[in-house]
Amino acid sequence: MSTQVSLEERFQARIDAEQKIEPKDWMPEAYRKTLIRQISQHAHSEVVGMLPEGNWITRAPSLRRKVALLAKVQDEAGHGLYLYSAAETLGISREELYNELLSGKAKYSSIFNYPTLTWADMGAVGWLVDGAAIMNQVALCKCSYGPYARAMVRVCKEESFHQRQGFEILLTLSKGTPEQRAMCQDAINRWWWPSMMMFGPNDSDSPHSAQSMRWKIKRYSNDTLRQKFVDMAAEQIRVLNMTLPDPDLRWNEERGHYDFGPIDWNEFNEVLKGNGPCNRERLAARRKAWEEGAWVREAAMAHAAKRQQQSVQSH
Amino acid sequence: MRDFLLLLADNTQILGHRLGEWCGHGPELEIDMAMTNLALDLVGQSRNYYQYLAELEGKGRTEDDLAYLRDAREFRNCLLVEQPNGDFARTVARNFLFDSWHFFFLQALCNSNDERLAAIAAKSLKEVTYHLRWSSEWVIRLGDGTEESHRRIQDAFDHLWTYRGELLTPAPFETEAASAGYGVDLHSIKPLTEDKLADILYQATLRRPEDGWMQSGGKTGRHSEHLGYLLAEMQYVQRAYPNSVW
Ligand SMILES: [Fe+2]
Ligand SMILES: [Fe+2]
Ligand SMILES: [Fe+2]
Repeated sequence: MSTQVSLEERFQARIDAEQKIEPKDWMPEAYRKTLIRQISQHAHSEVVGMLPEGNWITRAPSLRRKVALLAKVQDEAGHGLYLYSAAETLGISREELYNELLSGKAKYSSIFNYPTLTWADMGAVGWLVDGAAIMNQVALCKCSYGPYARAMVRVCKEESFHQRQGFEILLTLSKGTPEQRAMCQDAINRWWWPSMMMFGPNDSDSPHSAQSMRWKIKRYSNDTLRQKFVDMAAEQIRVLNMTLPDPDLRWNEERGHYDFGPIDWNEFNEVLKGNGPCNRERLAARRKAWEEGAWVREAAMAHAAKRQQQSVQSH
Repeated sequence: MRDFLLLLADNTQILGHRLGEWCGHGPELEIDMAMTNLALDLVGQSRNYYQYLAELEGKGRTEDDLAYLRDAREFRNCLLVEQPNGDFARTVARNFLFDSWHFFFLQALCNSNDERLAAIAAKSLKEVTYHLRWSSEWVIRLGDGTEESHRRIQDAFDHLWTYRGELLTPAPFETEAASAGYGVDLHSIKPLTEDKLADILYQATLRRPEDGWMQSGGKTGRHSEHLGYLLAEMQYVQRAYPNSVW
């Protein structure tokens, strides 16, 4: 018992001293579990996140946009891979994690349960959704768990490129025809509040936050990051000559931040429970790809086994 | 020159588009990423050809006008590349039939007397070397994998074989291109692609389908019904909002 206490104390001391925890280091079971849950949710989000944008690859309006979108969705697959690898360092397999996603047991970011209805959504998703993701992920680059922090450094570089690309799509639309301008505003209207919800519940309703902050998995509170996001978007929306769909949005001189209106947590909770517009489709698409790919994965394994046997016999 | 460039541009554009349809739906993440790479390369190659053609025309048309504002009857791609993805085996077989032709075609095109074409071919060849390796390896893996994968890939070849003839049968504009020195003599690459095919099918323990009736017409704009749907989707935004910048 006393050795346990001292292990935990030493662990916390290392964290307080800003040392990175590495896979072979001792760590409390709860720390490991928290990380597995968080990293795998993050990985699943990348992989489910391929779907709403993949939805526009075949309809991208120019060859340049088509190439950029293909590359972006491919980046997200890559992010999924780094993150599954980071989770695997904690002693769980990618297959196990993936099964939890397919069974509906594991969560992924609720934002991907909203539909992409027009081309402008490719801009709004890049600007707002990747933008909100970056706020979270930049903070995670300093996370106490080494493999996660390092994966995030790579991911962040690409995410900020996605965000700029999304903004540039909107900027082009904002300078376009009246139809394009309307499309642009409509996409911003639809993606704004769901993006605000990406930071999670208010700090007062966020039960795991305190422990995660102590472990330095989390560096900033949900509300702090959300405020940073609002401050960024409230400035950039002016460049677009569009508006954010929040009548309460205004600069607060005293706070040095933008004030904003209340979030509809009821909607957030419903989407989380599975009642978002696309929850069923997203999971069904992931299951379909996985099930229809089973024979391919089996064939690859069977072939590799045959090859190995041949090389054993020929020696 | 125009039709010849369109053949190259449309082949790569349409096959790239088909591969893009897989994006996010592949059998596993690594395969998904690999197919997206193929799509990126092919769409990139098509842009080189469209841009060159647009410059040659000198009418102020852009790569996008060429890709998005022509109708199916004006597309010059061969029938093979517009065939639907089907299951993964169908996609692999389609890609391999194309790649095992495309690779040798580009090798020959590197000797084109048109410098720009030769340069595009040389650049594309690097990418297509990888494409051919990718599809060859998958043909072998599926052919010499499980009973099910063997059956599926054999079915795929049986189904697609009828579209293979068109790759090696020159349209009039290709004969013209070859004799003018900027194109490729398809007869010269035929033995090379046959050898490659025989080698890979052998390693994959697959049977070479009978050379029966071969479909043709794509190169002169007489396509299968599939192309119309593909273009309806691909061209929708450009057509619905004309004269816009994206
Ligand atoms: Fe992301
Ligand atoms: Fe990502
Ligand atoms: Fe992203």
